[in-house]
Amino acid sequence: MLQRLRESKSMQGTLLALPTTAWLFVLLIIPLILTLVVSFGQRTPDGNVVYTFSLDNYIRLFGYSTDCSDGQASCFDPLYVNILWRSLSLAFNTTAIVIMMAYPLSYFIARAQPKQRNVFLFMVLIPLWTNFVIRVYAWMMLLRKEGAINAIIGWAAHLLGLHFTPLEMLYTPGAVLVGMVYEFLPFMILPIYTSLEKIDNSLYEAAADLGANALRTFLRVTLPLSMPGVVAGTILVFIPVMGTFIVSDILGGRQVILVGNLIQRQFLDARDPTFGSAASLILMVMTLIVTYFYTRKFGFGEEIVVA
Amino acid sequence: MNPHRRSPFVIAAATMVYIFLYAPIVVLILYSFNASRANVKFEGFITQFSDRIEMDGSMVEASPCGPFHWYCDLAKNDDVMEAAQNTLIIAFTATIIATTIGTMAAIALQRYDFKIKPFSQLTLYIPIVIPEIVMGIGILTLFSQTFGWLNNVLHLAGDARLALGIGTVTVSHIAFMVPFVTLVVQARLQGFDKSFEEAAMDLGANEWVTFRRVTFPMILPGVLSGALLAFTLSLDDFVITFFTNGPGSTTLPIYVYGLLRRIITPQVNALSTVWILVVFIAVVLLQWLQNREEKIKH
Repeated sequence: MLQRLRESKSMQGTLLALPTTAWLFVLLIIPLILTLVVSFGQRTPDGNVVYTFSLDNYIRLFGYSTDCSDGQASCFDPLYVNILWRSLSLAFNTTAIVIMMAYPLSYFIARAQPKQRNVFLFMVLIPLWTNFVIRVYAWMMLLRKEGAINAIIGWAAHLLGLHFTPLEMLYTPGAVLVGMVYEFLPFMILPIYTSLEKIDNSLYEAAADLGANALRTFLRVTLPLSMPGVVAGTILVFIPVMGTFIVSDILGGRQVILVGNLIQRQFLDARDPTFGSAASLILMVMTLIVTYFYTRKFGFGEEIVVA
Repeated sequence: MNPHRRSPFVIAAATMVYIFLYAPIVVLILYSFNASRANVKFEGFITQFSDRIEMDGSMVEASPCGPFHWYCDLAKNDDVMEAAQNTLIIAFTATIIATTIGTMAAIALQRYDFKIKPFSQLTLYIPIVIPEIVMGIGILTLFSQTFGWLNNVLHLAGDARLALGIGTVTVSHIAFMVPFVTLVVQARLQGFDKSFEEAAMDLGANEWVTFRRVTFPMILPGVLSGALLAFTLSLDDFVITFFTNGPGSTTLPIYVYGLLRRIITPQVNALSTVWILVVFIAVVLLQWLQNREEKIKH
């Protein structure tokens, strides 16, 4: 046996990869299969799961309801469809805003002197590595009625002799959007920077020699060559925004319910893991579909690993 | 054409994004010195170094730490200390295991050919393309179903019952950390020619000696940065921990989240400030390691 192991390269490779592959199989793939199985199940009143093959959870998720006001047996209840749509549009908006904020900064860092570059990059890493929950809390302090933003505007208004009523910013969809942008901005900056930094200076020189102005050089040289970074960043931002529930929980109060909040509540408050599992699988399918079409159009950025 | 030329627009936009990134952190740190327990408005710094100080209009007991009142308060908070201890135990254990098996897998995927190789490589991308909450509830279902079943079959009762705790959190952390370690070490191995190892073998070294004397020193910087990345991922994790922790295994992010839904005193800000400081030191250390490595390479 030992002799065979010593000779067989394939067996050595299998053994080396086995702990990782087995670990990931048990803790990532089996749970996904279980989630699928549970989503077809039904719950008992005490929160246990009966394994059946029922599509009830999916039907309910897409709006079928038996709890109707006008005495009908069934009707369309848009509650969950709205939640899915809200999550999807928030993820799109967040990603778009993040790209618009990250691109100039990445460009700024990539064109800096090599020595300064590390410092500027380092300045992006610090907020990224500050804990996720703490970063949401910081925005809570800024957005509150008595918080820092209202205090600064109020102070400015006072100096100008104007009357100012503090703005209600916390617990609004806008607060959730700002929080999401803040949380995921660094995930866009790093891959865009990586792809911008790779662009050879001679390309800019060539563009200038051939008479291209700054705008044309940007549109025809810089932008196309940095697309892999934008694609990688989009994957790193869009997918987590779709599933995050802390930001909406803390900055949205009970006002902004996303699919992440829906899933979390099914597992912890509502005690309906079957419905939560169905919602979770729909979330996964939605992110995979968007990622698939997006990467098919723009290619899968290798920058993802670098970030 | 000067390659470092930047338009005023780019400079202005970059400055604004940096302000956006740092304003919340500055406010967070400032409020950790707040002379108000309610922590709604900034009421100024605490100036008295005494046992009783005036706060929010009444006299309250205080740590005689002056402006650092909330930091002294934090040090006395047993819940925080327990959460910090749990966080570190989980992060260290998970990092050691994840780095070991992750590095082994990276070597296998980069230097060997075997039947399940495509599958092994594919599983590494799961944590990147699937939202964390989907993994979290899946793992929760796995644990609750198997534990329920095992407790029943083995007639476990009382303390012997299998339940969520530090063990389940650690095991789950390893699952999302390993892919990052493997991908980082793999990238490092890609940069090195196989011929170094082949030369060692030709000179009569066996596989183990080749690994210890050639491969390992080559990939060590990759292994270290992979380990540091994994460690910070574990320290920072909220979602997976949220679904897999149980009584007595609260970590710092879970503890802070719990506070945010109840009363928030400047103690939370003090905790956050200490955290930011620790992270700052860790990032400086990482940068220093990378710079040193680059100098050696050149």
